[in-house]
Amino acid sequence: MSGGVWVFVENSDGAVDMISREAIGAARVVADGMGATLTGLVFGQNVAGAAAAAFDLGVDAVIAADDATLAGGRLEALGPLVVKLAQERQPDAIIIGASTRGRDLAAWTGADLDAGVVAEAIDLAVDGGVVKATRAVYTGKLLCDTFAKGAPQIVTLRSRAFAQAEPTGKTGTPEMVSAAVAEDAIPTKILGFEGKGGKVSLTDASKIVSGGRGVGGPEGFEPLRELADTLGAALGASRAAVDAGWISYDHQVGQTGKTVAPDLYIACGISGAIQHQAGMRSSKVIVVINKDPDAPVFKLARYGIVGDLFKVVPALTAEFRKRLG
Amino acid sequence: MKVVVCVKQTPSTTAVFSVKDGMVSWEDPGGKPNVVNPWDEYAVEEAIKFKEDRGASDAIALCVGDPSSDEALKTCLAMGCTDAVLVSDPALAGSDTLGTARTLAAAINKIGDVQVALFGKQAIDGDSGHVPVQAARALGWTPLTYVSAIKSVDGGTITVERLTDDGKETVTAKLPVVISVVKEINEPRYPSFMGIRKASKAVIPTWSAGDIGVSNAGPAAARTDWTKVYPMPPREGEVEMIVADSVEEQARILVNKLFEEKVI
Ligand SMILES: Cc1cc2nc3c(=O)[nH]c(=O)nc-3n(C[C@H](O)[C@H](O)[C@H](O)COP(=O)(O)OP(=O)(O)OC[C@H]3O[C@@H](n4cnc5c(N)ncnc54)[C@H](O)[C@@H]3O)c2cc1C
Ligand SMILES: Nc1ncnc2c1ncn2[C@@H]1O[C@H](COP(=O)(O)O)[C@@H](O)[C@H]1O
Repeated sequence: MSGGVWVFVENSDGAVDMISREAIGAARVVADGMGATLTGLVFGQNVAGAAAAAFDLGVDAVIAADDATLAGGRLEALGPLVVKLAQERQPDAIIIGASTRGRDLAAWTGADLDAGVVAEAIDLAVDGGVVKATRAVYTGKLLCDTFAKGAPQIVTLRSRAFAQAEPTGKTGTPEMVSAAVAEDAIPTKILGFEGKGGKVSLTDASKIVSGGRGVGGPEGFEPLRELADTLGAALGASRAAVDAGWISYDHQVGQTGKTVAPDLYIACGISGAIQHQAGMRSSKVIVVINKDPDAPVFKLARYGIVGDLFKVVPALTAEFRKRLG
Repeated sequence: MKVVVCVKQTPSTTAVFSVKDGMVSWEDPGGKPNVVNPWDEYAVEEAIKFKEDRGASDAIALCVGDPSSDEALKTCLAMGCTDAVLVSDPALAGSDTLGTARTLAAAINKIGDVQVALFGKQAIDGDSGHVPVQAARALGWTPLTYVSAIKSVDGGTITVERLTDDGKETVTAKLPVVISVVKEINEPRYPSFMGIRKASKAVIPTWSAGDIGVSNAGPAAARTDWTKVYPMPPREGEVEMIVADSVEEQARILVNKLFEEKVI
């Protein structure tokens, strides 16, 4: 019997993380395409809630490990466990959301199993038992059709490229397994951790309001922040604004910043240099506000307004407030 | 103790691409078509700091690539790396990340006495970010990825801060380690005038696959197939400009459209 399709389920506080809800959604389609079962890997501490959530999101089976060594999501604890299970059970494919942890885990597993890893797929199809992926290369300037040869086929998924799995009402009993390595054998120790705390993260955001050199200074981000708060959006920036010190680097979108794909990207005072485009061109709807009608960023836009962002942005905020109540 | 920094030569960020029969080529009408992978500049800076501030004897830049990659290595020398090594062999062309990682690991083993191997977060051509962890597995060293600060290196133990999707983590490990760095770690220096002069005269040793005894790399060992590469299709449709007598009216029209698009 084949080991079917596996999906790595990142979880926190008994819930499935958003990137893994997307991974479960995509993996379900792959499993159905292969006529295989879908198994969720739920590792961590106090994972019962996340295991139940994984069933609800549509996996057929869950392999769970509940152990203190797995709590911080350390690669040296997760990697050996996934490798050991894969050696024992021979899955056909392992699907992993391309978070920082997911990328590392995919690389580790591929190295130890001598298996191919396809990085950051944005589209998947199944063709005769092979997971065919499309991914962006050369920072989004080119696309590439690719697949892993042999088994397991390890594929990571770009954040927000796939629809999240919906609750199905399904329930089930996880199969519990033990951790693969004891604490003494793990070479890293976590001394401290500082969570991000409630902020909408740029890569997870479904809406982004982004500002560039056109905002003119740190205080120029204020009207953008108000619009973002009104919409529940995250705040983005061009490198010019980050380099000027107006906003911190974790807001930078682009080739040397974050790659984002929100439903709505509102670019304010950004010219649209090729390096900025690399990070935002797969957004669903792009709105551009720029006083220069020839700014290259208009070429990517669905809607454009030529004008002063300090007039247009507050007017938009007021209109949204009216409509959203 | 030696440190090695792995750098890839990549197309410049403004390069213009064309694809013919699945072969990708590029040019940069405004400048140099190839550069040091931008993410690797931070790793180079950190390697030089290991020599300047943390007692490393050598900061060696290492690249796997075609012969033209010695340009990228010269940039590293001009910045302040003490040595550079190019691994170049037609037999290695067509490696996937696993093959490249094994090649880098074999070269690091040949260099010898290395305690820290520094990497960039990812290469801007393949955009995978898998090589650092895979090189760590090939070496049997501990990988520390997405490192945003090196807190201390002390008696064979290193403490670093990692910046992940979850937050900021302080973690400690025993040397030797593989480190991949993120942009927050430093501000890369520019090559100095003296450095550029020195680098221009440097003769960079080139090692073949046989010299480092790497097995399991090159096209036959590749576990991924990437046969079809093609340009990103242009975004569909023309931009619709919102024109009206007042910004309030423009805002009203745009907000209506966005509700119709169901993105709000
Ligand atoms: C190796 C490398 C990596 C890079 N990586 C990135 C990256 O990751 N992300 C990134 O963004 N850039 C990156 N860049 C930089 C990039 O090339 C551009 O320099 C940068 O994106 C420009 O930012 P900008 O659009 O905000 O500024 P500008 O190009 O100066 O554009 C400002 C725009 O604001 C408009 N404007 C001004 N005032 C107003 C107003 N009151 N109302 C409305 N519009 C106004 C202007 O018309 C103009 O179009 C990188 C560059 C290099 C070399
Ligand atoms: N051919 C190469 N030569 C030297 N270093 C490389 C090479 N390919 C990748 N690297 C290193 O591995 C990092 C991650 O690359 P990648 O996994 O290909 O995205 C890069 O930032 C480099 O530090």
